[in-house]
Amino acid sequence: MPRLDAAELRERMARDLPGAVLEVVPLQVAAAPPHGPQPGAFMTSDTLVAPSRLVEAACYLRDLLGYAYLSDIAVVDYLADDLFELVYRFYHVEGGEGLTLKVRIPRDHPEVPSLTPAWPGANFHEREAFDLYGIVFVGHPFLRRIYMWDEFEGFPMRKDFPKQGDKYIGADE
Amino acid sequence: MPLEIVFPMTNEHELQLDLERQGVFLSTVNRFYNWGRRSSIWPMAFGLACCAIEMMAFGLSRYDVARFGAELFRASPRQADLMIVAGTVTKKMAPQVVRLYNQMAEPRYVISMGACATSGGPFRDGYNVLRGIDLLVPVDVYVPGCPPRPEALLHALITLQDQIDRQKLGRVRWYGQGAKPQTTDFPVPTFGAQGLEIDGHLVDPVGGLPLVSSYTAPEFGEMKSGRLEHPEIVRHFPIMDPSVELEHPLKARGMAPEIAADDLKRGEVGNAEA
Ligand code: SF4
Repeated sequence: MPRLDAAELRERMARDLPGAVLEVVPLQVAAAPPHGPQPGAFMTSDTLVAPSRLVEAACYLRDLLGYAYLSDIAVVDYLADDLFELVYRFYHVEGGEGLTLKVRIPRDHPEVPSLTPAWPGANFHEREAFDLYGIVFVGHPFLRRIYMWDEFEGFPMRKDFPKQGDKYIGADE
Repeated sequence: MPLEIVFPMTNEHELQLDLERQGVFLSTVNRFYNWGRRSSIWPMAFGLACCAIEMMAFGLSRYDVARFGAELFRASPRQADLMIVAGTVTKKMAPQVVRLYNQMAEPRYVISMGACATSGGPFRDGYNVLRGIDLLVPVDVYVPGCPPRPEALLHALITLQDQIDRQKLGRVRWYGQGAKPQTTDFPVPTFGAQGLEIDGHLVDPVGGLPLVSSYTAPEFGEMKSGRLEHPEIVRHFPIMDPSVELEHPLKARGMAPEIAADDLKRGEVGNAEA
């Protein structure tokens, strides 16, 4: 069973793909309240890669390290930091813990290269991220909505998406 | 000794049952017709989410709905009398639900099973879930629970049979007679840029409160109630609104006072003006 932890992946990637791994800047999300679950700055040891090097990094994980299963692509909307963080989780088919690649992109220009041409399994995950967060995957062959209907405008999982009717009812407020 | 027959003055139905117990069989067209319908309700095999699992249990041997004559789950709306809306009705599924209901032959009944179908349930505040199927089609019996136990669904079926027993042939809405004739299909919503639309008007915005009222239960006329869900309340949700102070995920200022008062977890929350 492969045993590679996040810190080790970071090291190996920094060695093998020079320039792809970025230094993680702590986010400015509001500090957790004292009685909240995690006091202190929120940081993990996951590998943050430059958006332009994402495909390369993913193929490195797959072809050299054998992490061939892209389990999901999660998007985190850090409204206070004005960025989206994409979290790609990879698993080794023989088991063991998963590894994570993260990409940060600005909220007002959410573009990231698509994994789909190199990795067909990313297709639906990317369409979902496009549907709900409006992330544009450059090079995706068929980037259209997957959950919401095609006529819909807006990206409902973004944190600034209005809820409870405050956009359509009582808009003066 | 003369046999004394006491006629309880409740209603015709009770009266007939009472007579039957004493060996007099009387019937009316209503009674015969209702008996026929209530004894073979064919539900549509149609489940939307986790509640459907309980609906399957209700149909299978342990709970055995065949005891009540409703075991024949049909895969086609044309052959079904009863639509059990078992689960979360998403906005994307809502047009299909109404379309299926329209395709069912009359007489037709609806059981709204579980919190989701009744009100949106745990997903009520989400962007994607219809807040109650009664916004689009009239519901005969609501079953509370998340999910309701199969016994609760059996009880709903028995309640429905009881309601069918009380129906008057000349007054049900589908024969186009009486106070509430229904001669057209129920409007099927379409997808719009902001949410579900009917005839080009927004009726259920994504992320917003519905702009149509719900249908009342048959006891109350099965008509549009005309009451919107809290049109006057602008609710604040801390995550959306920077002006709302967030002290704690469950303790935000600016919650609608009605919600705050009703919610045990938010006992000490002030209202927006405070
Ligand atoms: S009411 Fe509960 S059990 Fe039923 S569909 Fe909704 S979430 Fe699932």
